[in-house]
Amino acid sequence: MDTHAANTIGNRQVDRIPTELLAKIDEAVTHYPVSKRSASLPLLHLWQNHFGYIDDSGVRWIADRLELEPINILELVTFYPWFRQNAPGRTIIRVCRTLSCAMAGSHELREKFCKASGIAPTADSHHGLPTSPDGKYSVEFVECLASCGSAPVCLINDDLHEDVTEADVARILSQYS
Amino acid sequence: MKTLLLPPHPKERRIVFGNAWTQGYTPDIDCYLNHGGYSELKKALGMKPAEIIEEVKKANLRGRGGAAFPCGVKWGFIRHDDGKPHYITCNGDESEPGTFKDRYILHNDPHQLIEGMIIAALALNVHLAYIYIRCEFPKAAMIVTRAIEEAHSKGFLGKNILGSGFDLEIYVHQGAGAYICGEETSLIESLEGKRPYPRIKPPYFPAVLGLYMSPTIVNNVETFCHVKQILRIGSEEYAKMGTPGDGGTRVMCVSGDVMRPGPYEIPVGGVTLGELIHDVCGGMKPGRKLKAIIPGGSSSKVMRAGEVYKMRVKSAEGEMIETDVPLLDLPMDAASLAAAGTMIGSAGVIVMDDSRNMLWALNNLNKFYAHESCGQCTPCREGVLWMDKMTTRMIRGEGIEQDPATLMNVADNIAGRTVCAFGEAASWPVQSFLTKFPEEFGVITGK
Repeated sequence: MDTHAANTIGNRQVDRIPTELLAKIDEAVTHYPVSKRSASLPLLHLWQNHFGYIDDSGVRWIADRLELEPINILELVTFYPWFRQNAPGRTIIRVCRTLSCAMAGSHELREKFCKASGIAPTADSHHGLPTSPDGKYSVEFVECLASCGSAPVCLINDDLHEDVTEADVARILSQYS
Repeated sequence: MKTLLLPPHPKERRIVFGNAWTQGYTPDIDCYLNHGGYSELKKALGMKPAEIIEEVKKANLRGRGGAAFPCGVKWGFIRHDDGKPHYITCNGDESEPGTFKDRYILHNDPHQLIEGMIIAALALNVHLAYIYIRCEFPKAAMIVTRAIEEAHSKGFLGKNILGSGFDLEIYVHQGAGAYICGEETSLIESLEGKRPYPRIKPPYFPAVLGLYMSPTIVNNVETFCHVKQILRIGSEEYAKMGTPGDGGTRVMCVSGDVMRPGPYEIPVGGVTLGELIHDVCGGMKPGRKLKAIIPGGSSSKVMRAGEVYKMRVKSAEGEMIETDVPLLDLPMDAASLAAAGTMIGSAGVIVMDDSRNMLWALNNLNKFYAHESCGQCTPCREGVLWMDKMTTRMIRGEGIEQDPATLMNVADNIAGRTVCAFGEAASWPVQSFLTKFPEEFGVITGK
């Protein structure tokens, strides 16, 4: 995502907030009667769920909504691995990297997902999610998904896939095309 | 999500998992009510707060999150009428590698958790509570949110619960992918909308200065469910299921190289490690031998097959005597594993067979801690990265002779020098792998 283009008027996320999102945000803030600042994470989740990522205008808007400085929101976006500042693929494939899944072949599985979706397996996810050229898929390693008894597992969008084998990859990808 | 509907193993006693494993059980409130749901809430409404706390104390319930702190003692730190607002937060950030029990409760039996929390709120004079759920459980957040709405509609939550005059609101708060948020003070910072840097104790013991600087009790998902079960079974019966000072059942999560990995609910101390692996989990894979066990989540110290521990046990004459206990004869309870130099932690048991390379396994864990250090304390922030870099180069065959000693030195300089227990959690794997499997760390050097 070209950040310069993203920040021009009309292209900013803040110019495209639908009323349903506003309603959800208003509701979320009511869950924190003691301190509005507590609504930071929920608002970031709502924002990212709607737009796919969080741009500068989003950081500023959320800060403003909660009567905070933009840095109070930006420091959360940059700390928490879940939040993104760049657009991901339409389907996000998160493969568990940690010990029990690794013992069950999750590293080979991630490589297979990358190859099958056209992503370089060497791509690191430090600066935005590695995404396929057609924009369909992002594949990343995540730490323990807490399903070690059915390793290897991956979280695809909101769905947990368990006991995944390399032979399942093509079928799973087509499910999310 | 895969649900195990296998009948319980004879060593199991499913209490917290009692409903969710019944054929046809669903997470909706009608199903819960048909299984006796919310009757303990009604019982609790007829009790004094101190009586509820006393029951939890007498049950010898220890926290199921990892630290095994006596729950009733923790609750006892709260002064009921100190005029301050009190909060409870449920720790559903289940992230310790090897641990996968809370996910089943959150997805399959959310009302049991909610009922446990309402009972806790009555005992602790709490009117606002949060359930912190890691965002990697998106469906759990939806299921629990819906369950909260259902409980509202039946009058179990909100204003004037069942006409008692007691008010309570519970909200779901989703994490954002950071392991550190499972540390209770970090969880509180996260809930306050800040970077989740753990707070220093003292003074910030949550029961004194917790959420919004008010007395706060943070308990694990499974712990709250046990509270409900204690009121159902009675503290005496509940305590009897476990060992002295460590009552009830606990869910043991077994993963790795066994035939039947999975979560098993077993009375505390009710199985030995050998019974858990060979009997409950069907043993090792064909042709494979046990090599190592990480008994309580990835942070607990690794144990080597064939080890024998010196332990004090009661003799037939009732005297305490010192005796040798082989690894596979160790009972699965907090005291026994502590005596063996490790910990039961979250009861996430990772089993490794003789096909596993310990340097590779340690490197996997080092990468975990390197990724998850919050960066607040210098020894941890810098040290975990160095430990990862060193095991990574050793794997590549580019290690140098001094690497094992340097690795140990770095670990020794993290543990005990950080604000929270992450420092120990990250150091113990390095220290124990190097001590228990030295032959796997000395030979792979490039120079």
